[in-house]
Amino acid sequence: MTSTTAVPPAPPVPARTRLRRRGVQRTSASLLKYALLAFFAVLVLMPVYVLVITSVKDVAETDPAHAWSWPTTWTTAAWHQAWDQLSPNLRNSFELVIPATVISTILGSLNGFVLSKWRFPGADVVFTFFLFGMFIPYQAVMIPLTQLFGDINFPEGIPRLIFAHVVYGIPITALIFRGYYASIPEDLMEAARMDRAGMLRTYWSVVLPISAPAFVVCAIWQFTAIWNDFLFAVFIINDPAKWPVTVALNNTTGSFVTPYNLQMSAALLASLPTLVVYIFLGRYFMRGLMAGALKG
Amino acid sequence: MRNVRRWGPGLLLVSPSIVLIAVFVYGLIGWNLKVSLSDWRSAVPTSNWAGLAAYRDLNADLAWSENVHHLLGFTVTFILGALLVGLTLAFLLEKGVRGEGFFRSIYLFPMAVSFIAAGVVWRWLMNPAPGDRSTGLNVVFEKLHAGFLANQWYLGQNWGMSAMAIPAIWALSGYIMALYLAGFRGVPEELREAARMDGASEWRVYRHVVFPHLRPVTLAALIILGHISIKVFDLIVAIGGKQLVTQVPAVYMWILIYDAQDYAKGAAIASLLLLGISVLIIPYLVYTVRSERRAA
Repeated sequence: MTSTTAVPPAPPVPARTRLRRRGVQRTSASLLKYALLAFFAVLVLMPVYVLVITSVKDVAETDPAHAWSWPTTWTTAAWHQAWDQLSPNLRNSFELVIPATVISTILGSLNGFVLSKWRFPGADVVFTFFLFGMFIPYQAVMIPLTQLFGDINFPEGIPRLIFAHVVYGIPITALIFRGYYASIPEDLMEAARMDRAGMLRTYWSVVLPISAPAFVVCAIWQFTAIWNDFLFAVFIINDPAKWPVTVALNNTTGSFVTPYNLQMSAALLASLPTLVVYIFLGRYFMRGLMAGALKG
Repeated sequence: MRNVRRWGPGLLLVSPSIVLIAVFVYGLIGWNLKVSLSDWRSAVPTSNWAGLAAYRDLNADLAWSENVHHLLGFTVTFILGALLVGLTLAFLLEKGVRGEGFFRSIYLFPMAVSFIAAGVVWRWLMNPAPGDRSTGLNVVFEKLHAGFLANQWYLGQNWGMSAMAIPAIWALSGYIMALYLAGFRGVPEELREAARMDGASEWRVYRHVVFPHLRPVTLAALIILGHISIKVFDLIVAIGGKQLVTQVPAVYMWILIYDAQDYAKGAAIASLLLLGISVLIIPYLVYTVRSERRAA
């Protein structure tokens, strides 16, 4: 996030003494402000420090006496171990998250377009019915969902998970795109109408070309949500070889015999893809968040 | 209805999604309700009517009442903590500071990390093990000669679930900050200026002009945090596992399905979770859609 906020220039203050006193007050107030901001930043980043330094330590150095100290010897042994254990599951996660994100983003774009620009009678009611699906606890569909997958012989493993994320992603993706498309000027739509362009033409040649930002926001949101999902995966995938990385990570680190350096490197490794996305595309991530809050 | 040629294609394009949501959200919710009213209490699926038997079992179940207490404790700490921290951060940032984007992205980054991965490091930070086996914050307290602060964290008798809420506050304060920041920025500068012209102190400007404008944001934040809290699952699994001391309804449901294979009782919990969330969400959805329509 690189946006900067312009600070308005201070208004002129006539008397010199007043100027000085207010200046001192303002400086100490802003010092306090920065001190607090830095304090909170340290608190938020503290777990990152622990993750990183512990992950490069030797097992012997992970005892309480050295818990917070800088590693004396750096080793990637734990990282290698974490990679050996998690790489098949990382692969599963990618095989899940890429198709699921692509499909649900495209679907979201089409739904969002119709629900904001090519509306039918009752479009708002439909949208509200969609939205409720965003908030439900997925536990409330989990037992029948697994049963249904079995009943209709849906291909086991990752395909089931892709399907579930696409279906339950319909509300949020429609919400993101609907909000974005609402800002397209009516004139533009009117122009397409004048040209007697049909729905798909209008979508393809008027709406889609200016949709890139919404696609990025939506794709990042879905990528993060699906990558980090644990609930669907733990209920739907029974075969450990097909587990996405979150389930495998919980399985690895849930045991108390797993040394801390391995736990931390595994947690970092499993989080790297979403962290990389966040670091490079963070400001789009924020927009997705705001959409998730409805009107906020 | 004359214009069916106009809006027909739109409805057609959205109809697959409508069908999917109708079946996989509303249909499966109904199916789950049916399971909860059945006699399916073992690995072999059965679907005979058993009335409210599963709910009655739950009501008599000591573990369930523990669960509900835990969830209450967690929810109160989590919501108050995240609101307070989020509002504070937004307040510190709202007038524009140097490096605002930098601070914002630090505070928001935990949103990109899964609860499973965050749980690994927070379990280390809040390690309840005594003295020589301890890690994390208790070690820091000892080193700072504040050993009296060292505590049992999430295993504590009275405040265990409040400790459990700390990682959740860490994860979501940035989100709440983003919501409040948008709220602060939505207050027209002229309003503040007018109040200042009337001789109001900066505090009174906040008290009487700015904060009243933030009420809708607080409402949205409450709803968002509340529904996250009712559903809390991954975080508890990652930190507390399946132990009863930290168990909440969503975790109990998982245990009932996977370990006890008591499907009717698991489905009953799922239905109750849905009920809790509906009470919160439905009025909010209606309110949001209505005010959107009014604005249009």
